[in-house]
Amino acid sequence: MIATLSNFLFHTMLGHVVLVALETLAVLVPLLLGVAYLTLAERKVMAAMQLRKGPNVNGPFGVLQAFADAIKMLTKETVIPSGANRFLFLFAPFLTFSLAMVAWAVIPTGNGIAVADINVGVLYLLAISSLGVYGILIAGWASNSKYAFLGGLRSAAQMVSYEVSIGLIIVSVLLAVGSLNLNDIVLAQRHVWFCLPMFPMFILFFISALAETNRAPFDLPEGESELVAGFFVEYSALAFGLFFLGEYANMFLMSGMTSILFLGGWLPPVGIAPFTWIPGPIWLIVKILFCLFCFIWVRATFPRYRYDQLMRLGWKVFLPLSLAWMIGTAGFLMATGLLPHQGVS
Amino acid sequence: MTALVFYVFATILVLSATMVISARNPVHSVLFLILGFFNAAGLFLLAGAEFLAMLLIIVYVGAVAVLFLFVVMMLDIRVSEAREGLQRYAPFGAAVGAVLFAELILAFGHWRIAPAIDAVPHLGQAAGETNTAALGDLIYTHYVLLFQACGLVLLVAMIGAIVLTLRERPTGRRQDIERQHARTVADTLELRRLPLGRSVRELGGFARPTSYSEAAAKGSYDPHAPVLSDESRGE
Repeated sequence: MIATLSNFLFHTMLGHVVLVALETLAVLVPLLLGVAYLTLAERKVMAAMQLRKGPNVNGPFGVLQAFADAIKMLTKETVIPSGANRFLFLFAPFLTFSLAMVAWAVIPTGNGIAVADINVGVLYLLAISSLGVYGILIAGWASNSKYAFLGGLRSAAQMVSYEVSIGLIIVSVLLAVGSLNLNDIVLAQRHVWFCLPMFPMFILFFISALAETNRAPFDLPEGESELVAGFFVEYSALAFGLFFLGEYANMFLMSGMTSILFLGGWLPPVGIAPFTWIPGPIWLIVKILFCLFCFIWVRATFPRYRYDQLMRLGWKVFLPLSLAWMIGTAGFLMATGLLPHQGVS
Repeated sequence: MTALVFYVFATILVLSATMVISARNPVHSVLFLILGFFNAAGLFLLAGAEFLAMLLIIVYVGAVAVLFLFVVMMLDIRVSEAREGLQRYAPFGAAVGAVLFAELILAFGHWRIAPAIDAVPHLGQAAGETNTAALGDLIYTHYVLLFQACGLVLLVAMIGAIVLTLRERPTGRRQDIERQHARTVADTLELRRLPLGRSVRELGGFARPTSYSEAAAKGSYDPHAPVLSDESRGE
C-alpha cells in the first residue's frame, strides 16, 4: 500500500503534480490562516498599546472576528465604478493576492525543505516583490478616480525607490554567503546570525520592508487624510478583500525575508540540545511572528511620514548607506580572506 | 514537454508583442509589453539561464516598465495624433526591422563572426557550476575592464540626463532638514518690551530675519527678560 503510494507520488508525472499541489497547500493553508489571524492580532496588539480592549465579542477573546470580517466581505456587493476599465479593475486585486502567494514557493522552512529549492531563490523573491507594484498601479489607473490614481502613483514611486536599497542590502548579505540559494543563506548563519555583524543593514532592511509593504509610517498610498483610501478607494467586497489579504500576506513575506536573510531562518538561536529539539519550521514561524509584531508596534508608535521626506529618506539616506555598507563588506571580506569561494576560479 | 512549454511561451510572446504595437490604448500596450517580458523570461528559464530570467524580470518588469507605465498613465495620448506620424516613421521602423531580421537569419544560419571562439578556455560553464557563478566569473574575472567600461558609459548617460533636466529654481522654497533640526528658540522667538502706545516698528522693528535664507540675530530672545506686565505697560 505504502510502496504503491510512494511509487505513484515519486515516479509518475501525475504523482509529481499531486505532490507539488500537496506541498503548496501545506504552505498556503497556514499562510492564509496566519493572514486571517494577523488582522485580529494587529487590532488586539494595537488595542493593548492604546489601553483599549480590541475585538472581544465574536468568540472568546474575539478569535472568530477574522471569520466574521471575511463573511461580511464576501456577502457585500462588488461595485464597479462607471468609466472603470472592467477587466483591469478586477485583475489588479487578483494580481496583488496571487503574487503574495507565489513568492512562498521558494521560502525554505527546514534544511532544504521548500516547494522549489531553486538556485536563484533570492532573485526570485526580489522579482516577485518588485511586481507587487503593478497590482497597485493598475488598480489606481483602472478605477478612473483621481484619488485612486494619485495613490497608485505614490505607491509606484515609493516601492521603486525602496527596492533599490533592499537590493543593495541583499547584495551585502549575498557577498557574505556566496550563493543565491535561500537554503545556503540560512546555512551560512550557523555560527552567527547576520543581524549581529550587519546590524545597521538589518534595521535598514526592516524599514525598507515597511516602505515596500506600504505599512505605517510609510502608508502614503492610502493616506486617508489626503487621499480618502488611496488606490483601493473604489474597491468593495471580494476585490477589496483580496487587496487586504495581499497586503497582509506581503507583510508575512517581508517578515519571512527578514528572518531568512538576517535572523537565521529555520535555525535555532544556538545549536545545543534544548533548542535543537524544536523543529525548524517552528523557529521560522517564531521569527516571522516577531517581525510581524514589530510591524504592528511601529504602526502603533509612529506618525505617518510626509511624502517628500519619504523620498528623501529612500534616495538620500538609505541608498548611500546601503551602498557604502556593501562596498565596506566587500572590502572587509576581501582583506580578511573570508570571502566565500575565494581563490576558486 | 519542454517543446510544448517553449511553444506556449513563444506564442504568447509573439502575440503580446503584436498587441504592443496594435493596442489602441497606450496603457494596454505597456501591459502587453510586460506580458512579453514575462514570456521572454520563461524562454530564458527553459534555456537554463535562470539568472538572466530573474534579472530580466527585476530590471525590466520591476523597474523600467514601472516607469514606462508611470509616464504613459499620466500622459493624455490621443491615438489619432499618434497615428499621424506613422507615415513619416514607417521607413525607420522598417529599416530597424530589416536589420534585426538579417541578424536573425545570420544567427539561424550558424554564421560565426569569430570561428576561433571555441578555443577560448574560460567561455562556457564548468561542470557543477551554476550559471550565475559562470556569468560572474566571466564578467568580473576575465572581462572586468570591458564591464567597467559599460558601467562608465551608463554613468555618463546618467549624468547627462541629470544635467539636461536639472533646473535651478531660485524662487522655490527648498527644505533644509539639517537647518530645521538645528533651529533653537533663540533663532525663532523674540520678545520686545513695549511702552504703551508705541509700536514695534517705531522702536526699530523685530530683529527677525527678513527673508528665508537669512538667520535671525543670535541672542535676540532673552528667556530671563521680564514678561510684559501691567506695570510695564503703565510706563
